[in-house]
Amino acid sequence: MTGLRVSGLTVGQTFETVVVEDLKRTQIVQYAGASGDYNPLHTDDTYATTIAGYPSVFAHGMLTMGLTGQAVAALVGTENLLRFGVRFTAQVWPGDTLTVRSSLARIEETAAGPVAELSVSTVNAGGTEVLSGYAHARLAR
Amino acid sequence: MAVTRFPVEAGHVLMFARALGAADPAGGLPAVGDPAPPTFAIASSQFDPDYPLRPRPGEPWHGSGAEPGLVKDGAGGLHAEQHFVYERPIQVGDVLTSTSRPGQVWEKRGRSGRLRFREQITEFRDGAGELVLTARSVSVQREAV
Repeated sequence: MTGLRVSGLTVGQTFETVVVEDLKRTQIVQYAGASGDYNPLHTDDTYATTIAGYPSVFAHGMLTMGLTGQAVAALVGTENLLRFGVRFTAQVWPGDTLTVRSSLARIEETAAGPVAELSVSTVNAGGTEVLSGYAHARLAR
Repeated sequence: MAVTRFPVEAGHVLMFARALGAADPAGGLPAVGDPAPPTFAIASSQFDPDYPLRPRPGEPWHGSGAEPGLVKDGAGGLHAEQHFVYERPIQVGDVLTSTSRPGQVWEKRGRSGRLRFREQITEFRDGAGELVLTARSVSVQREAV
């Protein structure tokens, strides 16, 4: 079982993972097919530009959250995750490189054991935050 | 939105994880009992008969073909927030059901008009009726003033 141990952690500690480099339109299409969200804003450049007025297709918010979730799950272990929530703060475009930065905000002692509260921020190569959120996960002693 | 049968199948979890950049698991397929990615609940839309963002045979679709597409009214706006509270991970082999209810509605004044936020809360339960996770999504729609 993967996860974090209380003994190895310091409040304020940060973790950084690159979750996608040069996001391809094909990966957005791959996510559309797997998730079931076929919104042409994400999959159809002609529609996105001509009808909706965007410069190109853009990623589903849930693709950004999913990529962020992979980094969080690798850090804490999916089975330890108690809460995971985000706000989408900017759009993600083809060509973007995304980095997930998590920092340990606090460790809460609960009846069920220690829980890590991470603040999570995903940024593009220009440093713009595209997602801002939190993840709470059980810790091993 | 209500999904009466959301079977968590190994091939579906594999495709979802691949779309998130994950390497295939050893053995090629996730095993029964393996946890799905933390956002997998969203893929229940595949099993929602009324999900609006999937083309259906014989029905109009707003994306491009011979023409560039159609403006869609009330498309639901953009996804502003998503929150999950987990009782346990979704696992390969689960057969889940979901029920949704509207949550709060609020407004903010933005630079280019009024922003209307709408919350939807969805509970996912397993075959024994036990709560697996609760999802809360917030969508935002811009209204010109």
